[in-house]
Amino acid sequence: MNRILKLAARNLARYWRRTLLTSGLIILGIVAVLLFVSVSGSFKAVMVGQITDSMLGHLQVHRKGYVASIDNLPLNLNIKPKALEKIEQALQALPEVEAVSPRLKFGAMFSNFTETTSIRLNGILPEREMAAMPLLAERLVAGSMADGLVEPGKLLIPELLAKGMKVNPGDTVVLVATNIDGSVNGQTFVVQGILEAVTGPGGRDGYLHMDDARTLLRLADNEVNEIAVRLKDIDTLQRTAAQLRAALAGVVNPQGQALLDVHSWDQLSPFANIARMIDLLDLFIRIMLVGIVLIAIMNVMIMAVYERIREIGTIAAIGTPPHRILGLFLAEGLLLGLVGTLIGTALSLLLVYALNLWPVSFAFGREVVVLAPAIAVGEVLWIGLIVVLVAVIASLQPAWKASRMDPITALRHV
Amino acid sequence: MSLVHAENLTKTYRAGDVDVQAIKGVDFTIEPASLVAFVGPSGSGKSTLLNMVGCLDHPTGGTLRVLDTDIARLDRRAAARFRGEHIGFIFQDFNLIPVLSVAENIEYPLLMVQAWPADKRHARVDELLEAVGMTEQADKRPDQLSGGQKQRVAVARALATHAKLVLADEPTANLDHDTAYRILELMKRMRDEFGTTFIFSTHDPKIMAEAEVTFTLEDGRLTNHRGDA
Repeated sequence: MNRILKLAARNLARYWRRTLLTSGLIILGIVAVLLFVSVSGSFKAVMVGQITDSMLGHLQVHRKGYVASIDNLPLNLNIKPKALEKIEQALQALPEVEAVSPRLKFGAMFSNFTETTSIRLNGILPEREMAAMPLLAERLVAGSMADGLVEPGKLLIPELLAKGMKVNPGDTVVLVATNIDGSVNGQTFVVQGILEAVTGPGGRDGYLHMDDARTLLRLADNEVNEIAVRLKDIDTLQRTAAQLRAALAGVVNPQGQALLDVHSWDQLSPFANIARMIDLLDLFIRIMLVGIVLIAIMNVMIMAVYERIREIGTIAAIGTPPHRILGLFLAEGLLLGLVGTLIGTALSLLLVYALNLWPVSFAFGREVVVLAPAIAVGEVLWIGLIVVLVAVIASLQPAWKASRMDPITALRHV
Repeated sequence: MSLVHAENLTKTYRAGDVDVQAIKGVDFTIEPASLVAFVGPSGSGKSTLLNMVGCLDHPTGGTLRVLDTDIARLDRRAAARFRGEHIGFIFQDFNLIPVLSVAENIEYPLLMVQAWPADKRHARVDELLEAVGMTEQADKRPDQLSGGQKQRVAVARALATHAKLVLADEPTANLDHDTAYRILELMKRMRDEFGTTFIFSTHDPKIMAEAEVTFTLEDGRLTNHRGDA
């Protein structure tokens, strides 16, 4: 094997310009793929992190039908205390669950005494919400959370609304909400802080204390309409969702029908479609890499065989077994793929490192996304393995042709 | 036992729609350790005959036995193995492998065809380098050698595996007369030293005079035979 590789390396060095060009093409392909995978992966991770860690959580539990009518924020699909208790018990039994935050979502009129607009609000238990949404506090652009995420009698409002209504932290505002029985109730609040808007559902919601929400809505019971769940590891999402669904299947209404729905974040956020598009692009760019390597190596190996027909005739005539001639040309393809992969990977890792030293940021909607590209070792190995494998496959036809060559015809070749 | 024995040997090619009979019922015998020339004008069938003796081509009729092996029965792989074990080749254009040094070219059949152990390989290469007078040039690449030097290396490569039979198709055609004679002298010396049979083809009358046995071919038939074969 060693002697074949040595001879293959010399033959590649003999046509060094062509070898350099082909390797360059493979290097370019590898760099393009690894950079795209790392940058798109970083973008996805940042966006998913922002969505799950500041708004949605990884999983949400609602009454059946609530998500379908979530635009209206209905109060008649609240989860009653008994069901809530069963949900909390089911979640406590799952070791994958890190934190749980019950919410009471509702719509209200927001007035600064001169103007009025609508607002979507979340009644929350501050400590539990902080535990379930660790990035929520980072969205604060004005005001303070020194005494907790949201204090009783105070509000966190979205940035756009604050700007539009010219409201600042410390200002008093009025919330007017329609209660479950159709009556209307109003209450004054002090603006505690202003939150930066983020992409996706709930990204422009306001927050108030759960007790204030219940008072405003005149709810006597400990009712909620959304339970956000944070997992210790997002990779366990689908498994945990399935376990939770199974655990909650027994919570039924008086008609014996299942009462609750469990949704994962990707079922709730439109960003999941963007994430799927990124995955698709990722696949396409990998297919392109395979195409580049296949065509580049095949081209160079076909040329190598064509240019060395007499040489192949000579080595065949002096008794080189066909499988060894096959091995010789396969080794050339293998070396080309290997060298391209090693240099391309090294270059990509350097570029990824540079992108972490000098981070790239860009505006995504109203948000500024700062990328911190990273790539898993497994991903690098997998891509490298595919390239080397494709390089060998691309050499197969020319190598096969060389090994089957008739020595007399080959020796006569001019 | 004769080294090569041909009886009523024929070879017919298909060229387009026409059958071309290149060898037409040839009989000859070649004994071990001889220096044999097949001579004749271009197109007389010399190369075709050499190709068959070298197991590069199959006869279409008659019998051809090389080292008591019926050549017609060898398939592609078996023929390659047979060549690797028993036959050496010297080509008109030398056909050295350009990426290998002189020593590596000689070593090639020992390494890639017969897989000799390293110590035996190196000893054999040194022996052959000395025999053909190329020790000083051992590390040079073929493009750094003269035509005569290249053919010396080719002779050494052909002898590397202790081949019983070395076939040389027009080995002196690309060499000047002095160099050509020196190569023939080298072949004779190698024949004497290693007991190898050299069979070469030529249409140069001065070169053919150096052979101990000569078969003259004309239009695919043996028309003359000189010497003890």
